[in-house]
Amino acid sequence: MQRSLKVYLVLMAIAAPVLIASAAVQPPPPSDDEVNAIAHQLYCPVCENVPLDVCPTQACAQWRATIRDKLAQGWSEAQIKDYFVEQYGERVLATPPARGLNWLVYVLPPAAFLAGAFVLYRAFRSWGQNSEPLVPTAPDADGDPYVARLEEELRRRS
Amino acid sequence: MLANLGYFSLVLTFVAALYGAGAAAYGAVRRRPALVESARHAMLLTWPLVTLASLSIIALLVGRHYEVKYVAAVTSNAMPTYLKVTALWGGQAGSLVFWSWLLSAFATAASLRRWERDREFLPWVIVVTMITLAFFISLVIFFENPFQRLWQTLDGRQVSALFQPSGTIPLFPTDGQGLNPLLRHPGMVIHPPMLYLGFVSFVIPYAFAIAALVTRRTDDRWIRITRRWTLVAWLFLSLGLILGGRWAYDVLGWGGYWGWDPVEIAAFMPWLTGTAFLHSVMIQEKRGMLKHWNMLLIILTYSLVIFGTFLTRSGVLSSVHAFAQSAIGPMFFGFIGLTFVVSVSLLMNRWGELRGENHLGSVFARESLFLLNNLLFMGILVVCFWGVLFPLISELFTGQKVTVGPPFYERATGPLWVGLLFLMGVAPLSAYGATSWRSLGRGLWKLLLLSLIVPAALYFSGVTLAGALIGYWLIGFVAIVTLVEFWRGALARHRRHAESLPLAFWRMAIRNRRRYGGYIIHLGVVLMAIGIIGIEMFQTETQGTLARGESLSLGRYTLTYESLAQFDTADGRNVARAVVQVSRDGRNLGDLYPRRDFYYASQQPMTIPGVRSSLQDDFYVLLVGWEPIAQEGATFKIYHNPAVNFVWMGGLIFIAATLLAAWPTREFDGLREAATARAVVARA
Repeated sequence: MQRSLKVYLVLMAIAAPVLIASAAVQPPPPSDDEVNAIAHQLYCPVCENVPLDVCPTQACAQWRATIRDKLAQGWSEAQIKDYFVEQYGERVLATPPARGLNWLVYVLPPAAFLAGAFVLYRAFRSWGQNSEPLVPTAPDADGDPYVARLEEELRRRS
Repeated sequence: MLANLGYFSLVLTFVAALYGAGAAAYGAVRRRPALVESARHAMLLTWPLVTLASLSIIALLVGRHYEVKYVAAVTSNAMPTYLKVTALWGGQAGSLVFWSWLLSAFATAASLRRWERDREFLPWVIVVTMITLAFFISLVIFFENPFQRLWQTLDGRQVSALFQPSGTIPLFPTDGQGLNPLLRHPGMVIHPPMLYLGFVSFVIPYAFAIAALVTRRTDDRWIRITRRWTLVAWLFLSLGLILGGRWAYDVLGWGGYWGWDPVEIAAFMPWLTGTAFLHSVMIQEKRGMLKHWNMLLIILTYSLVIFGTFLTRSGVLSSVHAFAQSAIGPMFFGFIGLTFVVSVSLLMNRWGELRGENHLGSVFARESLFLLNNLLFMGILVVCFWGVLFPLISELFTGQKVTVGPPFYERATGPLWVGLLFLMGVAPLSAYGATSWRSLGRGLWKLLLLSLIVPAALYFSGVTLAGALIGYWLIGFVAIVTLVEFWRGALARHRRHAESLPLAFWRMAIRNRRRYGGYIIHLGVVLMAIGIIGIEMFQTETQGTLARGESLSLGRYTLTYESLAQFDTADGRNVARAVVQVSRDGRNLGDLYPRRDFYYASQQPMTIPGVRSSLQDDFYVLLVGWEPIAQEGATFKIYHNPAVNFVWMGGLIFIAATLLAAWPTREFDGLREAATARAVVARA
């Protein structure tokens, strides 16, 4: 870890004078927060499920350095994300882009929920049409008369 | 020697479990009590046997027997004894033994307690628990054996086997690799056992459910018998999840406690179905409805428990191919599939006998609202299940791995959580049976209006985020409804007896533990929700590289970098520890010590935050990097986490209230009482 950081810091040390020298014509160097804002949306293929901005491994530090370089070169957020997708595949993105098989990710849960809601609706309707008289509710198993009365109160409001 | 003893006791357990399952089933079908009794004895044998195996592992771990592969993998000389003992569940093989140990203990407890009362169910409870136990033990003795030793072949390769392979010599390493440093945390020592306790205790209600199906005792008897088991299982699962969150917050160094990681979700899914189950069984107890649904829920919970263990134990998450290569993966897959199919076919077979004794009076009755609650929990479950499964499916069919990360889960489950909060406020106001929209509305509108004070106050104090305002409004609503519920209860007693209000309240809660325990759990959830919304919507962060004496500000806080020291420790770490001074609004709040530990043996860094905690927020500092001493610069990442401590406070209340709800009552024998009570009401 420290080695990677050293490598990174050395790189930065080399890059810094260049950046400073060109400061007159270029915008200020990207801040850590700008780097992290993009890194937060990316995942490296090695560290499962740890977003890039907080991943402590060497590989991720290098990726963050890459983001910084690209930002310094004036790349936009979308360009940088596309670059990583091109290099390492779609798995670097926090959520899969909605195309091809990936559509299923976004379609299935709402579809399942709607199906569940529909089943429930049908059940409500069929139960509602049942005209048998209601069997009275059993009081609490512990048989506390007060709880029974509380429940009765709720019912009587109608 | 110890290794052989442990191994053979596991083999005996396997035989005893298989015999127990077979004899119990045969004896029950053929009505041969002697055979059932024999099966019971076989089952009672499993716990001492697995205990013996576990003790052998612990003795090997503590005794530094690094010639045993498992010992060498999870312990090292530098680890303190308590960590060596808890390394029993620190690795794959050991944790499977631990799982089996818990299961045999629970199976024993379940059948010892009320053997006479539950005589008709217990043969089938033995069948289910012993088949599950045999499955887990078979994984241990055939695939993931913790007693395998290390051997060296003549050409210098290292192999592991239980008995000496030909052409090898025994290997005696003098030190082991040690437990993964991330797991050497007090939270991590108790977190896995809590989760496992939760997982394994859900096997018991499932076993009783299957027993009820087989014996056609399809009334709510099985639910009443296992009511406390279910609550205890749920208690441990909740505790495990909360402890896991706290551990992540303290150790993983990313400023949060829940990252929608598949491993977290694996434990969360049975909790979701378990929570839905806890709610919907009340409807079966009170109204004799939803019998199919409750059966399905407990079957699902059991399958998800095994699935959760499978996800975390088979390596399937890192790659589908790793799963295919490990022998344990397909075994799990087969077992989950088989038990699920058998359970569901059994349920289908008994479908007609599980008809409800009652029907739904109205969409606004409490039972309908509970069904809606179940729908929402199932919706969250589907999101979680699909999110975990999809990357595997994608890899299988397209060869491409994808990440389904936190944004997916947050967006997909967010509205469902909001719906649950709303129901949590409405349901206590609705009555069982026929409640009309008007009557529910009459109880509702004043409290809804009253709760508007919360978002109004927040709005005028500067909170303008619509999502947060809606969230806090609902939280306020639930809190008010729940408190009013307490008030009504206390008042009812107070009016009748000459009891002071606090005493009346206390007696009311103690006499109706499940009801009021449940409401206090709701209050715990309310507190946790305050914290979750706080950190989800208002967390801010910044990062900067500072020279000594320089400062970095975030909101009202300012951090000043004072010094950094780097040193080696006796337990094999290199520690870089920074001293930073924190102030708020210019007032000094003291020093924090964020650090980065690097474990030489495992080549693994670990980021320990420096945290300044108060009721309203946490100031959370991470040491991200540092320069060579000469330059004395260091990079810090700081988070401002508003209200995060409400999560932990709410968690404590949540757990305490679950304990209250599960605590045995002296006069408890719900079986007879409920039946008589229902009969009395029917007559009246």
